Amino acid sequence: MATAYAPGLTVTPRTRHRARRLLPILGEVLVEVGQHVDAQQVVAETLMPGELMPLNMARLLAVPPAEVPACMLKKEGERVEAGDPLARTKGIFGMFRTENIAQVAGTIESISSVTGQVIVRGAPLPLQVKAYLTGTVVEIVPSEGCVIEADVTLVQGIFGVGGEAFGTVRMACKSHDQELTEDLITPAMKGAVVVGGARMTERAIAKARQVGASAIVSGGMDDEDLKTLLGYDLGVAVTGSEQLGLTVIITEGFGEIAMAERTFRLLARHEGQTAAVNGTTQIRAGVMRPEIIIPLTREQLVTETERPHSAGVLEIGKPARIIRDPHFGLIGSVAALPSELQVLASGSKARVLDVLLPSGDVVRVPRANVELIEE
Amino acid sequence: MTIDPGQIRVILATDCGSTTTKAILIQYVDGVYRQTHRGEAPTTVEAPFADVTVGVVNAVTEVQELAGRRLVDASGRIIRPGTDTEGCDIYISTSSAGGGLQMMVAGVVRQMTAESAKRAALGAGAIVMDVIASNDKRRPHEQIQRIRELRPDMILIAGGTDGGTTKHVVQIAELIAPAKPRPRFGGEYSLPIIYAGNKDAAPLVRRILDGKFSLTVVDNLRPVLERENLGPARDAIHNLFLEHVMAHAPGYDKLIQWTDAPIMPTPAAVGNILQTIASRQGINVVGVDIGGATTDVFSVFDGVFNRTVSANLGMSYSISNVCAEAGMPAVMRWVHFDMDERELRNRVKNKMIRPTTIPQTLEALVFEQAVAREALRLAYLQHKEFATTLKGVQQQRTVGDTFSQTVSGGTIVDNMKLDLLVGSGGVLSHAPRMHQTAMMLVDSFEPEGFTTLAKDSIFMMPHLGVLAEVHPQASLEVFERDCLIYLGTCVAAKGLGKAGRPCFRFTIRSTTLNESGQMLVGELRLFALPEGERATVTIDPERGFDCGGGPGTRVEREVRGGTVGLILDARGRPLALPPERAAARGAMSRWVTSLGLYPEAGAAAGV
Repeated sequence: MATAYAPGLTVTPRTRHRARRLLPILGEVLVEVGQHVDAQQVVAETLMPGELMPLNMARLLAVPPAEVPACMLKKEGERVEAGDPLARTKGIFGMFRTENIAQVAGTIESISSVTGQVIVRGAPLPLQVKAYLTGTVVEIVPSEGCVIEADVTLVQGIFGVGGEAFGTVRMACKSHDQELTEDLITPAMKGAVVVGGARMTERAIAKARQVGASAIVSGGMDDEDLKTLLGYDLGVAVTGSEQLGLTVIITEGFGEIAMAERTFRLLARHEGQTAAVNGTTQIRAGVMRPEIIIPLTREQLVTETERPHSAGVLEIGKPARIIRDPHFGLIGSVAALPSELQVLASGSKARVLDVLLPSGDVVRVPRANVELIEE
Repeated sequence: MTIDPGQIRVILATDCGSTTTKAILIQYVDGVYRQTHRGEAPTTVEAPFADVTVGVVNAVTEVQELAGRRLVDASGRIIRPGTDTEGCDIYISTSSAGGGLQMMVAGVVRQMTAESAKRAALGAGAIVMDVIASNDKRRPHEQIQRIRELRPDMILIAGGTDGGTTKHVVQIAELIAPAKPRPRFGGEYSLPIIYAGNKDAAPLVRRILDGKFSLTVVDNLRPVLERENLGPARDAIHNLFLEHVMAHAPGYDKLIQWTDAPIMPTPAAVGNILQTIASRQGINVVGVDIGGATTDVFSVFDGVFNRTVSANLGMSYSISNVCAEAGMPAVMRWVHFDMDERELRNRVKNKMIRPTTIPQTLEALVFEQAVAREALRLAYLQHKEFATTLKGVQQQRTVGDTFSQTVSGGTIVDNMKLDLLVGSGGVLSHAPRMHQTAMMLVDSFEPEGFTTLAKDSIFMMPHLGVLAEVHPQASLEVFERDCLIYLGTCVAAKGLGKAGRPCFRFTIRSTTLNESGQMLVGELRLFALPEGERATVTIDPERGFDCGGGPGTRVEREVRGGTVGLILDARGRPLALPPERAAARGAMSRWVTSLGLYPEAGAAAGV
């Protein structure tokens, strides 16, 4: 068998990228097909139903639940303002009445005579969706959002934390295997997408956060540093909602590992351009990897060419990355794809392949332990 | 469709998992049912196919090629009824594709009705996303927020005993109604809600929820505190799973038409076969399925079935969580050589972000099996805490109970009464040596007395679970002959003692074995007792140690052999490794050598 399937991360100088930007509930779409949009432009907005606040009115008024509806001064669906009287008891001959005052504005959602519970729904919350990708609107999803398309340079990382961010690409390291340390982070990197080389240190991340960088990208990081950054030991790779003040993306993996040279060179070529980044990672069914998207300039649209997609098929000669010890992180090309099962040092039997390393050495690894470098 | 079991000669069964669809063929050969061929193909519920039947046909086609028997016709449909040369007599299927059945459950008191509701949902094969209860320490607005965030396939509400107060369960319904949780598979259908609480509150709950949700009212699952009645709620969950959830999953409308029995959630089918085996053989069984993300534990003790799903205890997606929950020192105590902790932590995270990789070196394999021991141990601990007698039950005590400390809500899991322990899932099924599988089970479950160990050869239990519904005889025959690979028997002494002191004396008699001797505390020994062979084992425990007959009391049993053999375990229970790292490493090294778990250093000749 001369081929096998081993999809990898996409690192490409040019690809036509589509971003689907939808509201979580129905709302208003603010753009139209053919319109050019900037990354930070709002393309759709809506009002989310307000927070629900249950009130144990029977207890607040000290009456049986069945009497609560009669005590209510506002009916279901009626609007209340903070400070409005909500309910009042009849008292004894009109005296000694107990009253409840609304603490917040909203509408009365329900009044229960069984439990004596009154639910007030707070004011609707505005929700906006930004374009994220600078490009052209190619499709409108009525009442939900739109699809934006652009020719971009796309770099997928292996893992990230923090959500969407924007900034100018700034190279902090001189080479793909240089460690990203705090002394390489400068105040001039405020608002920037800072790109390092090999492992980024905990102090470098802290400094980037301190200077106000919007994102930091490098080859690897230590698990211990991630734990310090998050404040807890991450159990499963479902991220994106962290509020860290900056987005952190690693392109290769955990530990002392250099960024792939191609990736580094590609990002360096776009220094000074604006990038949209997203650290959201979801390693579950429907896998999501973090990404760095750089819309191409008019000149780059001429110089950068799109390369055919390999569709994840391992073939002899294809560049591949070894993704597990004992050769973790090494990059080479597929040299052979023997079809017979081989016994591994662990004693398991598995299908393997040979990888030719730049040093000229050939190493044999299980096929499950390599990924293609997608162009 | 009415099925006459006497006419069934060829059975086709599939299990549509999240990533792989597995098909097996069962045929009537020489007077018994045997599993003859198997095939698998990627599950196709996601784009670009978005039709589960594509994966089913691919898997069945593989079986067809291996069996030399045409099972799929030119239009891509399964051929039925079978003839001498083609087709099958019945086709059945289970499914956990698309994340399985995801439920939210709610009850009034967390330890009582909410726990009974959770038991009903888990028993029906669901993943329980959250349990909302009046006393779950969240304030009502926090509960509403949580309900809004979840996108379950269905909700089960319980609460109150029949004739008791209605107020609290109605309050739960009042929280759910305005939160308007949306179903997972799009907003085109109403979210199914099952009400199984106080029957007097049913009309009130109906008034609050009807019209906004698809409401089904069934008998109270806790009609009185002393009794659970989970059957009606479980049946309703299965029906709604088919009518609402499956019918909206890609291609399932077709698959439902194809099958001769209702499609079952995969874990429900596994529970079904284990309950059938336990009841037919009159034994207590524990089954475990350890996956990449979750670990399911099933148990049947004295006829009572329990199932737990330990979300985030798994070997790939959740490996980092296992290490975080157990702590790295707890994992490392199972490793018999030195490893750099910082590097290990990074390796764990790298496995988490690239979950499909496999251990290439022996060192990596030993470490993964150490993590597996902790994942299994934690999952079993959670299971023991959940599988309890009913909580909140008043007990009548007599003078004779004065010194008895038993309270309601104690675990019903008793390792001394455990007869059969079955393991399945990648790390157990694909371990290079069966000895490793056996020891992972023994170290993490700590069976006491006499326990038979087995593994599910190709994870066939789901297929057999649904088959048990339509053809119990075929299901049992295949389970006994083809499903389980018997590893052997573990004989372990309960009790603690000083290392090196006598623990028990033993004699073993079989056609190939005639052994006797003494086991010292801390020792582990293996005797080859091949599959199909049985031996009579007599144990004389020292005072303070119990092998099933009581402390210090002789016990004699017939034991079953297997691919590993007979393990005598004098390490004591609860199993305690030395706290100091070097001493733990020494103990582990001795046990590794006694069992021949791994190839000797330098003997590994692989890639």
